[in-house]
Amino acid sequence: MMRASHTQPGFLAALLHRLSGIALAIFLPLHFLALATALDGAAAFDSFLAATNTPFVKLTEGALVVALAMHMSLGLRVLAIEFLNIRERTVAVLSGCAAAVFAVGLAFLLNAG
Amino acid sequence: MTPLLFFAQRLSAAILAFAVAVHLATILYAVRGGLTAGEILGRTHGNLGFFAFYALFVVAVAVHAPIGLRNVIREWTPWRGATLDAALAIFALGLLVLGLRAVFAVYAA
Amino acid sequence: MAKDETNLHVDVWRGTDTGAFQAFDVPRRLNQTVLDVVTEIQRDQDPTLSYRFACRVGMCGSCAMVVNGRPRWTCRTRVSEVAGPDGALRLEPLRNFTVVKDLAVEMTRFFDKWEKAHGYFEPGARAGQDFAVVPPATAERRAADAAIECIGCGICYSACDVVAWDKDYLGPAALNRAWTLVNDVRDAGDEARLAAVSGDSGCQACHTHMSCTSFCPKALAPTYSIAGLKRAMFWHALKGVR
Repeated sequence: MMRASHTQPGFLAALLHRLSGIALAIFLPLHFLALATALDGAAAFDSFLAATNTPFVKLTEGALVVALAMHMSLGLRVLAIEFLNIRERTVAVLSGCAAAVFAVGLAFLLNAG
Repeated sequence: MTPLLFFAQRLSAAILAFAVAVHLATILYAVRGGLTAGEILGRTHGNLGFFAFYALFVVAVAVHAPIGLRNVIREWTPWRGATLDAALAIFALGLLVLGLRAVFAVYAA
Repeated sequence: MAKDETNLHVDVWRGTDTGAFQAFDVPRRLNQTVLDVVTEIQRDQDPTLSYRFACRVGMCGSCAMVVNGRPRWTCRTRVSEVAGPDGALRLEPLRNFTVVKDLAVEMTRFFDKWEKAHGYFEPGARAGQDFAVVPPATAERRAADAAIECIGCGICYSACDVVAWDKDYLGPAALNRAWTLVNDVRDAGDEARLAAVSGDSGCQACHTHMSCTSFCPKALAPTYSIAGLKRAMFWHALKGVR
């Protein structure tokens, strides 16, 4: 039986916030390294971009964009509770965050195709 | 977290909220119809405003990510104390160096 | 599990931090509370069962335990609310406390943290010189009043995931009490108190899961008290830097 604290919407928010943060922290050094291939000139950068233009990579990129949007919107929730003293109705706030995140993810996948 | 780390975390979060919004909008705009180096570098090359924005972005990330990871590691693994702090400081430095290098790379390419 | 309208099937934790669940069958009764069930088991079926209660009317918080995964006051929990048609009930001691025996837990560490958070009144040097005038409608008094009704039952502490992850975390109850004192204009101990509630196991460790606020039987909101402490620290530090 799942403990009741783990079924709370606030727990889900914090968990998603944390997992997306971990994913981004792992991804970032790779992102910086990828961009720095431009140091070897535009052609090197281009060939890197071409090499990573696979469906798998596109999907991962989409997931990372979603992770970024998720981490930001849930982070804004934390900032609002802590500094704006907003009494939230957690489920409503989370639904708003989820909607924003999916909109961003969808926009990315539609545009990147 | 000590108060100092906490404020650094929250302050960098506020900066990142703005920077990430801009970055996401840029990504969504830029990936339309595929992405080439020429397109990216065409926007970033020699662009001082771009350079300043992304340099600030990198500094904020180099502060924000390691402090966040510190919480996760302290709470979800047995690792804590001075060795963890030292490792994360190195990670922060790494992010800073790699990040600024990347920003410079697309500015000067 | 099959529907049962006559009996409850109660799994009760026996032992200390190690042990096992023991199964009991208890007849369903009208307006039964979970405390009624535990009492019936101990008096009629197994006198070796250990549990706590006192007022049995929802004022003292002594009967707090985990019922079907959620920390509650058993005297204020109707069986009809928590046992499904199959009559299954699962009773465990509060989480995050050391188990003394069966359903009774050791509360010492919980109250030690209360003290560590400076959850006590500091009269200061000017105490006793005159009456303090505290209009009830002031912002500070309203903030203190909103959080003051805590009776130390431990449900928030039991529900808190950060307490489970960090044994040193002061916890929602202690921090909530510290917040009421930060807002008490008669109190002179804020300097030391704000230092006590910061640090790695202080208010900054709260990640707004909000289980404490969800489960508090007195409808308090430790999450917002803790947020208040974070803000208080911020302004305090800013003034210090100036």
